[in-house]
Amino acid sequence: MQKRKLNIAVTGLNAIDSPGPGVAVIRALREANSFDVRIIGLAYESLEPGIYMHQLVDKTYQIPYPTAGIETLLARLEYIQSQENLDVIIPNFDAELYSFIKLSPKLKKMGINTFLPTIEQFEERQKINLPEFGEKYDIRVPHSTAIYNIREIYGQASEFSYPLLVKGKYYDASVAYNADQMKTYFNKISAKWGLPIIIQEFIHGTEYNTTGLGDGKGNTYASFPMRKQYITDKGKAWGGISIADKKLLELTESFISSTKWRGVFELEFMKNQKNEFYLLEINPRIPAWIYLAVGVGQNIPEGLVNLAMGNKIKPFKEYKVGKMFIRYAYDMIVDISEFEQISTYGEL
Amino acid sequence: MIKIKSNIAISDSGFIFNPANGESFSANPIGIEFFNFIKQGKPQEDIFENMLEKYNTDKNTLEKDYSDFVQTLNQFQLLDQDAEKEA
Repeated sequence: MQKRKLNIAVTGLNAIDSPGPGVAVIRALREANSFDVRIIGLAYESLEPGIYMHQLVDKTYQIPYPTAGIETLLARLEYIQSQENLDVIIPNFDAELYSFIKLSPKLKKMGINTFLPTIEQFEERQKINLPEFGEKYDIRVPHSTAIYNIREIYGQASEFSYPLLVKGKYYDASVAYNADQMKTYFNKISAKWGLPIIIQEFIHGTEYNTTGLGDGKGNTYASFPMRKQYITDKGKAWGGISIADKKLLELTESFISSTKWRGVFELEFMKNQKNEFYLLEINPRIPAWIYLAVGVGQNIPEGLVNLAMGNKIKPFKEYKVGKMFIRYAYDMIVDISEFEQISTYGEL
Repeated sequence: MIKIKSNIAISDSGFIFNPANGESFSANPIGIEFFNFIKQGKPQEDIFENMLEKYNTDKNTLEKDYSDFVQTLNQFQLLDQDAEKEA
């Protein structure tokens, strides 16, 4: 029987050293068993590598940055919809999620399905709300506080000991060993991502991540843990391995059931010397290492699309332990005419 | 009695993988033998007897090497702590 072909738009085509998840998501979708795909890339910059990966992306459109406003994004999506007849959009950046969540009822009317967390879920798990989140759901989290002014740095000395983490609202984190470094990172990160800046207790230990898919009613469709094996200077996993840690699975399933999480997420944990897990971050989106999900036998992007389309799917109950991903950089040769096309017309 | 965690396995080449945390290690040929003996639940005296028969070494050296190996297993969290407590 011929599989249905879905038109799926994917953002996050920036397969760079701190990669967006888009290319990994597309690879997973192309390996889906339950449907075929035509992939529409949505890019912010004309040098996002995924734009030029024609074996993965059938067509790319530039879209406006979130700062341009929701209405501008909607107008662009209406044009893209008139050209492509999209079935599903998968946004992959934290910074764009708010707009897409807000637009999802309008998108639905246009025939475009999404499967995203609710605004409440999105807001509740913000880095600045992590202490309250930990308390509400009884999850151990590092002590943290949000500051809006560089002068507040000096008030943190009594609350934290060095080293500590200086984190951006959406992205970026640096370890500071003194107040001077805190000031430097405060300025650098706030200039890029705005305020507030989060000051967080530094937990010494080993990093573990989990990803999963919740149906929005408290049920787990997929989840598995991964240990970072090779970490870049930006703290990104360049290699990782699926593991069989029951505690991590319990924490992840408890997160899904207690928050009734809707969609895909990534939980970032640190395990200290006492084997205690601290939840460092909740990313309300697909992680860049999601292709490992295909490797372990849980095609999470395929599940997400099926949930978005309203299809019934069976929860994944098992996954393969000891599957590794090892990322690599790859130079493509691209003719200037392609760059010209996307830069000038916003389409390729 | 020393017991290696039930989910820890060693390959013929001496590659040890801990599926609970993703850590992996390499053991040398003597380490492989020690590992397999412990995994099989062989008593320490039997391990020593077997090794002394097979290799040209004295008991003191063997005991030191074995003790070092067990300490390393413990340090890398490959031993079943509950089994040790029970013993």
